[in-house]
Amino acid sequence: MELRKYEKQNISPDVPDEWFVPLIKRNSEADVVVRPSLSYWKDSWYRLLKNKLAMAGMVFLVFLTILAIFGPMISPHSIETQKLTMQNLPPSSKFWFGTDDLGRDVFTRTCYGARISLFVGLMAALIDFLIGVVYGGVAGYKGGRTDNFMMRFVEILYGLPYLLVVILVMVVLGPGLTTIIIALSITGWVGMARIVRGQVLQIKNYEFVLASKTFGTKTARIIRKNLLPNTMGPIIVQMTLTIPSAIFAEAFLSFIGLGIQAPHASWGVMANDGLSTILSGYWWRLFFPTLFISLTMFAFNVLGDGLQDALDPKLRR
Amino acid sequence: MKTYFFKRLIAMIITLWLIITGTFFLMHSVPGSPFNEERTTNEQIQKNLESYYQLDKPLLVQYGNYLMALVKFDLGPSIKKSSQTVNDLLGRGFPVSFELGFYTLIVAIISGITLGVVAALRHNGIIDYLSMSIAVLGISIPNFVLATFLIQQLAVNIPIFPVATWSSPKHMVLPILALATGPMAIIARLTRTSMLEVLTQDYIKTAKAKGLSPVKIVFKHALRNALLPVVTVLGSLAASILTGTFVIEKIFAIPGMGKYFVDSINNRDYPVIMGTTIFYSAILIFMLLLVDLAYGVLDPRIKLHKKEAK
Repeated sequence: MELRKYEKQNISPDVPDEWFVPLIKRNSEADVVVRPSLSYWKDSWYRLLKNKLAMAGMVFLVFLTILAIFGPMISPHSIETQKLTMQNLPPSSKFWFGTDDLGRDVFTRTCYGARISLFVGLMAALIDFLIGVVYGGVAGYKGGRTDNFMMRFVEILYGLPYLLVVILVMVVLGPGLTTIIIALSITGWVGMARIVRGQVLQIKNYEFVLASKTFGTKTARIIRKNLLPNTMGPIIVQMTLTIPSAIFAEAFLSFIGLGIQAPHASWGVMANDGLSTILSGYWWRLFFPTLFISLTMFAFNVLGDGLQDALDPKLRR
Repeated sequence: MKTYFFKRLIAMIITLWLIITGTFFLMHSVPGSPFNEERTTNEQIQKNLESYYQLDKPLLVQYGNYLMALVKFDLGPSIKKSSQTVNDLLGRGFPVSFELGFYTLIVAIISGITLGVVAALRHNGIIDYLSMSIAVLGISIPNFVLATFLIQQLAVNIPIFPVATWSSPKHMVLPILALATGPMAIIARLTRTSMLEVLTQDYIKTAKAKGLSPVKIVFKHALRNALLPVVTVLGSLAASILTGTFVIEKIFAIPGMGKYFVDSINNRDYPVIMGTTIFYSAILIFMLLLVDLAYGVLDPRIKLHKKEAK
């Protein structure tokens, strides 16, 4: 009451008391939440769905996965069977992508190539993830001298030319699928470790981590439950971008004769075989493997770009 | 600056030494002697060969000798190409590879920056989408795929350019195009992103308010800052161009270092593999140093920061 009197005195005397009408309490619309509250992941997912190019990439990758799994089953030809009477046949209803110089079905071989490419890409990304997250997580979380020491090592590895190291390892270990994956993983995890370490360094100073520490949570649990989920965005992006570079590396190695060996078929091997056909006009032998390499890398790249945009909290609207 | 340079030099030498050591022991851990394939050689010849290539000495002695020779820039003899040294091969191959790599880098930088700047200036316009589509395609299509495609279209179907080899400027067009597209795409995307960020900053508004011409704003004010992230990736781009030359030289039959390297891999010519790897690594590490120095020149704030940190 006191207060009211005081307020009234300040109002100019021309304003009569009746003019003061209490505000009708409406069901105030301002408080209604128009936009449903979305979790970070749901929000990112919706933003990814809106990105047409990224979705196209994803659809292609699903299609490719199906082709890699079921393609060889629906094809009536096997990858190894050589029919010397059917050399270099152009694409037809019998041989969808034609045949090569040994009469092997290019479609079946392309499907096997998809298997190898996807397998190499996924395995490389998975190993990079496992090593990089542990290494970067520990370095970032421990900080100080441990971090300094661990990152010196990473810097040296980072300075090494990636493909040169891979080539060297392949020369020593000999060609093959397993050795490709080993060679790719030897220095591949370095990029992931750097990203995780940078994120962890930043996040570990946030209050919720401090709170967790105050409750006496163990270090491993803090890294697992508090730090990693918050670094997941950049990690996923890094993984999607590792896959195409691993696929490229495999194709590259196979192309220069260090990768997958016959009778196995990889896109790089097929492209290398097909190289001689430029002059002879058997275009399908070169066209299909190279088309699939390019499309796959394109799909992973646009998906990675889309994820980067979708998972970036700064862009959240 | 001087101490920084000195520190970098030491780090460089250590990295190089690690590479040399790693390469040496990796190469020597391959089972079997390089002469095992040739069954016809008798025992004495085998022994002579082994002593010529020092393979009869203990590994550590070989390692010491190799290091001593390296200090004198002697990379040793080739095993498969008799009477030739690795230095001979590199001396013949390097000028060609350097030419290819250098032109490629120039083409990639100029076209990449142009594409990125144009895309940023026409943000969300048709040109923007067009140049970014080109960029994503450029990143996605492996250089050896592009090279074969270019040969098929522009040398076989429509014979404008020669199919292979390296002798006149006309021969250079296709290999450079095939090799430059990937790095160009990466540069274009980076330039676009950082240009967009720079263009929203206040000092650009000030420049506009002062009535400076758009050309001056873009080239003098925006681009200099926008190029910093681009400079940082130049080192790794040089690496990818370098490794790219392996396949490109193989496809186009260019007598460069990369071709010798791939040949030596297929022939299992270990001294050549080793020597070439070390040579490549040395170039790369040197490039990274150059990039760092360029960074300091482009952004004076970095030097200041370094001084404060001390």
